[in-house]
Amino acid sequence: MTSVGREHQAGPASTLTARRPLGDRSFQVLALAAGLAVLVILLLIAVSTTQQASSWFSAEGTNVLSSNWNPSANQFGALAFIYGTAITAVIALVLAVPVSLGVALLLTQVVPYRWARPVVYVIDLLAVVPSVVWGLWGILVFAPWIQNIYGSVGSGVQGLPVLGSLFGPPTSGASFFTAGIILAFMITPIVTSLSREVIATVPSIDREGAYALGATRLEMIRGVVLPHSQGGVVGAVLLGLGRAIGETIAAALVIGSSATITSHLLAPGYNMPAVIANEFGEATGVFRSALMGLGVLLFLFTIIVNVLARTVVARTARRGRGTLWHRSPPSGRRWTCASPARGGAPRTAL
Amino acid sequence: MDLREPRSWRRAKNRVVTALMVLSFVLVIIPLGLVLFTVIAKGASVISWPFLTSQIPPSVLPANAGGIGPAILGTIEITALAAVLAVPLGIMGAVYLSEYGGTGPLARLVGFMADVMTGVPSIVMGLFIFSIWVLHFGFSGLAGAFALGCLMLPVVIRSTAEMLKLVPSSLREASYALGATKARVTVTVVLPAALGGIVSGVLLAIARAAGETAPLLFTILTVTAANPDVFSGANTSLPSQIFVNASSPYVGAQARGWGAALTLIAIAFILMIAARFTTARFARYAL
Repeated sequence: MTSVGREHQAGPASTLTARRPLGDRSFQVLALAAGLAVLVILLLIAVSTTQQASSWFSAEGTNVLSSNWNPSANQFGALAFIYGTAITAVIALVLAVPVSLGVALLLTQVVPYRWARPVVYVIDLLAVVPSVVWGLWGILVFAPWIQNIYGSVGSGVQGLPVLGSLFGPPTSGASFFTAGIILAFMITPIVTSLSREVIATVPSIDREGAYALGATRLEMIRGVVLPHSQGGVVGAVLLGLGRAIGETIAAALVIGSSATITSHLLAPGYNMPAVIANEFGEATGVFRSALMGLGVLLFLFTIIVNVLARTVVARTARRGRGTLWHRSPPSGRRWTCASPARGGAPRTAL
Repeated sequence: MDLREPRSWRRAKNRVVTALMVLSFVLVIIPLGLVLFTVIAKGASVISWPFLTSQIPPSVLPANAGGIGPAILGTIEITALAAVLAVPLGIMGAVYLSEYGGTGPLARLVGFMADVMTGVPSIVMGLFIFSIWVLHFGFSGLAGAFALGCLMLPVVIRSTAEMLKLVPSSLREASYALGATKARVTVTVVLPAALGGIVSGVLLAIARAAGETAPLLFTILTVTAANPDVFSGANTSLPSQIFVNASSPYVGAQARGWGAALTLIAIAFILMIAARFTTARFARYAL
């Protein structure tokens, strides 16, 4: 359509309109401006939050990354929160990724389509349960319930070499691990639906070929499905990681709100978004600036993870091996990466 | 004659893995079921017409006192304003991506950055609006709407661009052949053809935004009084009210939190079902 549009505009022999009408040109300018708004907003986020955080960076210098966090003594080292963010995100990924992959494989390779559809709806429902509702349930129902389990696990592994330092006492219902579990619930839908879409692009001719050679379903999945959809699945996991890093309210309620660096996963902790949400309202001066700075770091981390994820996805899409944006439109346009297009570039058929 | 292959290690492994897949599905369904069950069980006993309409009482009062009227009003005002700000901008951005930008470098950059922007944490959007708006003009529903709008924008752009790209080019070419300008073709042919998909994407974006708490914390400053003026003065919303009640030690406040949670989930689900309905109803080219 672009080419048609251009010819229409250019048409040198046209005696009807020498120039495009004003309305037409201003519509194009409006569209361009709306597109550029995305870039402008991202730039403004980076500039304005960094500006607000500058007094933290100048006051603390290299102590920004120290582990001393004590607002009443004007010590604002962010390490405990970065550590907490990493720990909760890792727990969430370790729990959510195998389960999400399992469900994605179940829905695409095992269950017939007419049964898979309602299941997809249900998982989409999981995605619209608001973060704060997970938090409410987490702190009022889940944390008190799991506290007993933590207690017995803690006393069970106490003194053991590695398990003891990971899961030993002190234990608390609101902890790193609880936050990780709740985050896992929250990122499962997105990882599942993205990897399901990628896995659905595996050409059925390859799968049938593997079955024809006598492969069991597991062997077919390992030999055909996983190699084919590797890149897209990595992208899906990275996007899940991005969510887990930035998810705020649920973590703020269940993480236990204690700025400590400890190997004890069942002990209360803190992460970056949670401390911003809980403390920003009362903070002033350098304290506020420090929380703003945590926001800048958070923004930086999620941007890096997302750029990485999208690049991985785009690269695999270009190789034509499983893309997140696969659709099979009735008109047959857009990405064509189904069946024999392997190795060939998915063409934007415009 | 039995042609089945004899039992083997390979087949056993296959069965174990299939069982693990089913198990993972069960593991996904259980928390969802538990959350919905708890919210409905605890929320339904609180919800009544007076609860939905009356003022927010002090936390110490028992569950049957007061309600969440101001929070519902705030959520509707702020989310609607956010949609008014973000949806036209998002649709125009998608028009740029799909109709004007083509595969040029700028369009690819904008598309890529829209994808990246969907990953910006909602709390960062709150901090952003706080530093460019609230510091100068004070807390207001408008500031909250800006923050929610920033979250909705990339989602609307992405879903709308997808839908526009599904519109067959023969429709565009036919209109060009009749002498229509590009703007006219876009407004009267392309956008209407994709309307069902666009509306459905917008409704999903609104459903997600309505449940967001983090961007509202430092932009509307959760108060308890109703504030019908969305453009000035501190406001409140369902998610922020739930957040406050969840950290409250009082049983009455917690009960009101469950009631508010049920209301919020009901709003989100209604929007989501409406989105499915519009897709099914208007799906001509969209999927």
